[in-house]
Amino acid sequence: MAPPIIPVLPLNLPLAELEVGKHLYWQLGNLKIHGQVFLSSWVVIGALLALVAIGTRKLERNPGGVQNLLELVWDYIRDISREQIGEKAYRDWLPFIGTLFLFIFVSNWGGALIPWKLIHLPSGELGAPTADINTTIALALLVSLAYFYAGLSRKGFRYFEYYVDPTPIMLPFKIIEDFTKPLSLSFRLFGNILADELVVAVLAFLVPLIVPLPAMFLGLFTSAIQALIFATLAANYIGEAVHEEHH
Amino acid sequence: MDSLTSAASVVAAGLAVGIGAIGPGIGQGNAARGAVEGIARQPEAEGKIRGTLLISLAFMEALTIYGLVVALVLLFANPFAG
Repeated sequence: MAPPIIPVLPLNLPLAELEVGKHLYWQLGNLKIHGQVFLSSWVVIGALLALVAIGTRKLERNPGGVQNLLELVWDYIRDISREQIGEKAYRDWLPFIGTLFLFIFVSNWGGALIPWKLIHLPSGELGAPTADINTTIALALLVSLAYFYAGLSRKGFRYFEYYVDPTPIMLPFKIIEDFTKPLSLSFRLFGNILADELVVAVLAFLVPLIVPLPAMFLGLFTSAIQALIFATLAANYIGEAVHEEHH
Repeated sequence: MDSLTSAASVVAAGLAVGIGAIGPGIGQGNAARGAVEGIARQPEAEGKIRGTLLISLAFMEALTIYGLVVALVLLFANPFAG
């Protein structure tokens, strides 16, 4: 069932249009996929790859320029994952947490900073890939898979002791938690990013100049925080799964 | 969408965000008060308190955002639109 398409703001300002529920559909077998999300994700992935490729091309002992920036980012990600996962297991999960953080961060900021509106699509509009619920649900389900895998590979079937710890009364709650974790992860990210875009778009529709700027800065701030939260929570769930009890 | 469904959806969308903002508002106020008290007592712990505060604020904000998601679903992807 296709959702009804309602243009939110029917005015014809050139860069202040806003559409929710309109997509550039690509047909892939039986699937209809949202093309605009793929296009902007590819831009984000390309930007990240280019940055890393440039930064690691000539490694020096005294880092400067892009290499310095990358080392700063690496330190930051390492601190997040070491704090949440623990000294013993964090190295295995550092790449995963780092990928999540960087992809979400660059997506959020890219959605706000790159002037996507200058590019015209036949239908739908480009924006942050994380403002589409499919992207965030995919990321959240990846996190679910990751923490199950982390727990099972490290502890084997002893992992399920976690469900009856400290008492078996907790069992239903811990099972429900497995469903609410991806739900809240995905909705939090999706809702925040979409809300930022909507607020900026509505303000830009009412007053096209200057006035949306504070909302844009607030949006940049919250989207950076959301990337941090997503990475921190993912690391926290993995850390919970690999955590060894000391009796 | 018939007019009754659309009217009810619009009212419900407003209520979803409006009522959903009350609880997190109170909670965020409490959290901020606690953080300010903590910083006043122990200014050297400011960095750690700020980090924890930001993360817990984002958790509380998520509750309002769920209301927002419900409102957006009612407005743009209403399952009862028929």
